[in-house]
Amino acid sequence: MSISETTVKWIVWIILTTIAAVWLGNVMLSDRADKTLFMPGALSPGHHQLAQACDACHVDAFGGGEVLQRACVDCHGKERVKPFDSHPSKKFKDPRNAELLASIDALSCISCHTEHRPEITAKDGVTQPEDFCFYCHQEVAKDRPSHEGMGFDSCKDSGCHNFHNNRALYTDFLTKHLDEPPTLKEVVLPASEYLSVLDEIIEYPREKYPVVQLEEKDIDAAERLGDKTEIKNDWLQTAHAKSGVNCTACHVDQGEEASSWEDHPKPSACSSCHSVEVERFTQGKHGMRLKQGLTPMTPAQARLPMKADASHESLTCNSCHGGHRFDVQEAAVEACLGCHDDDHSLAYEQSEHYKLWQKEINGEAESNTGVSCASCHMPRINYDVSEWTSRIIVDHNQSANLSPNSKMIRSSCLHCHGLELTLDALADGTSIKNNFAGAPAVHIPTMDLAFKEKQRREREAAEADHEAE
Amino acid sequence: MKDQKQKMKLNLKHKMKRNLLIATSAVSIATTAAVSAEVSDATVSVKAMADALHLVMDSDRSVYTKKIVNRLVKKDKVIKASEHFEDDKALALPAQMFRFGSELAAKRAEKMDDVNFSYTLQSLWPINKQNAPKTEAEKTGLKYVAENKGKNYYTTEKLGGINYFTAIYADTGVAPVCVSCHNAHPDTPKKDFKIGDVMGGVVIRIPVEG
Repeated sequence: MSISETTVKWIVWIILTTIAAVWLGNVMLSDRADKTLFMPGALSPGHHQLAQACDACHVDAFGGGEVLQRACVDCHGKERVKPFDSHPSKKFKDPRNAELLASIDALSCISCHTEHRPEITAKDGVTQPEDFCFYCHQEVAKDRPSHEGMGFDSCKDSGCHNFHNNRALYTDFLTKHLDEPPTLKEVVLPASEYLSVLDEIIEYPREKYPVVQLEEKDIDAAERLGDKTEIKNDWLQTAHAKSGVNCTACHVDQGEEASSWEDHPKPSACSSCHSVEVERFTQGKHGMRLKQGLTPMTPAQARLPMKADASHESLTCNSCHGGHRFDVQEAAVEACLGCHDDDHSLAYEQSEHYKLWQKEINGEAESNTGVSCASCHMPRINYDVSEWTSRIIVDHNQSANLSPNSKMIRSSCLHCHGLELTLDALADGTSIKNNFAGAPAVHIPTMDLAFKEKQRREREAAEADHEAE
Repeated sequence: MKDQKQKMKLNLKHKMKRNLLIATSAVSIATTAAVSAEVSDATVSVKAMADALHLVMDSDRSVYTKKIVNRLVKKDKVIKASEHFEDDKALALPAQMFRFGSELAAKRAEKMDDVNFSYTLQSLWPINKQNAPKTEAEKTGLKYVAENKGKNYYTTEKLGGINYFTAIYADTGVAPVCVSCHNAHPDTPKKDFKIGDVMGGVVIRIPVEG
């Protein structure tokens, strides 16, 4: 019996379709297979490292926007509250805003920020509608006559307004910082306070590792250490040795389950004392893959220019804080420049900031007067470590302090510079590229408007006084 | 997004059913303890619920204004009160304390099946223009309570496809600080408030069926 050509075609079609279905199904259902195949478009700069972890955002196969919203809030929710957010969602939940919500759904992140749409993704890594402010603030010129005639597509220009973070851009803040010189007289950055707040760090394993100065004779893994004198000497110089952190404190997991010796401790080992720092690290671009259970980020995966010879370095705590010295000065500059290869990074060593940094590390200037990469990009901030307490931490989520760069104004720039210079410098792309060599060539009118507003207020207050008399 | 809205609507409807029949008294809102059928079937009207809610929130704010803000700012003169209280390391203004309570209550109520209401402080002369009346009920009600001292305003309205019982209560400038601060604020549209003037109103909404 001969098989007709059509039947053969059908059989071949069925076989190929079955193979394709099995293969695609396998990719879809496998936990860690590369699923970029299914992507409707490339991911945004903030999320591109998570291409293998679709379920980081698509937490449920069934469901629509509310599923995505849950994922957004899970990672970004902490920053979306007052005073870090001028438009937190709770502001819009009141029934009286039902009409406003009908024109722009401010309860849902994806109303403005669409993923997988590189063609409309803006400079700061998110999609944004051009003139969304219009829907609620049409009558702004009534309150702020200085804004008469301004286009609603100019609200979010650099140094003016953000939808979310306006901590350094609200009127009273601007007027408070009028008349500041470009560089303030006494400049000093916040100092570390970790040691002085050890008592407040509940998770600190003080019972097992009391906070006392350790010496060579106290080493609790002498056999393993053997004759590795470099490791021993490095450790003896650290704050770890000075505060009771013995070998096993890091090399044996201090979690609930007893574990064995680990030659290369993972971030979880650091977490037992530095949980806030590790948590923040895994929220930023350096550590976000770890949070999703992926392999550590490598510079090869970065979209910014990176040094070729560092391409395959893994990014964990130890990448910047090399054991066993954990040199924070090295972590603040050399570690960054070991990978980052963009214009701004390359120009750093010619900058005024770097000169100050060198003076500090050479002991020619006071502590915290130098400006390292970390001074601006991983600044020391007063951070709410719980609902009830805050302390100064080095914010290891460097992404939280950038994009838009006005987020850096208070945490970094204003420690040393006046607000007017800061706003101009952050709006000047060339100045950023050459790491702020010389005065900014751009001037934005924010402070001029604040000055006018102050004058208007004073004039009106004087008029009211006059009337009262 | 549509799904989300529908879900919210369903959730609201579910909540409303109970609200209508068992307009839970303000006291029981604070507790989820098991109650006997006899007690849980007892009902109060939505108006009584709104009145009770207003009494609690107004009393709490009065205590904060009098015993915290006025005492420390005006009498003891040890600290300022400021709308930028975090930046100025100052006390939150009574109106802000009121709003924070409202936002927290709304958030906590989201997780409670049989509790659903919202409240805001508004004014015909708002410093923050987002606190001006928006709906017809708000416009009429705020005007009514300003012109009819001692009287509340009750009505129903439909917002976003949901029916609400809406109650509006006059908010009176009782302390010199209320009046002087509002008159001096650069963004105020009215600079001649006097003590005892109605300066705004509290709007309470409870979703109802119908």
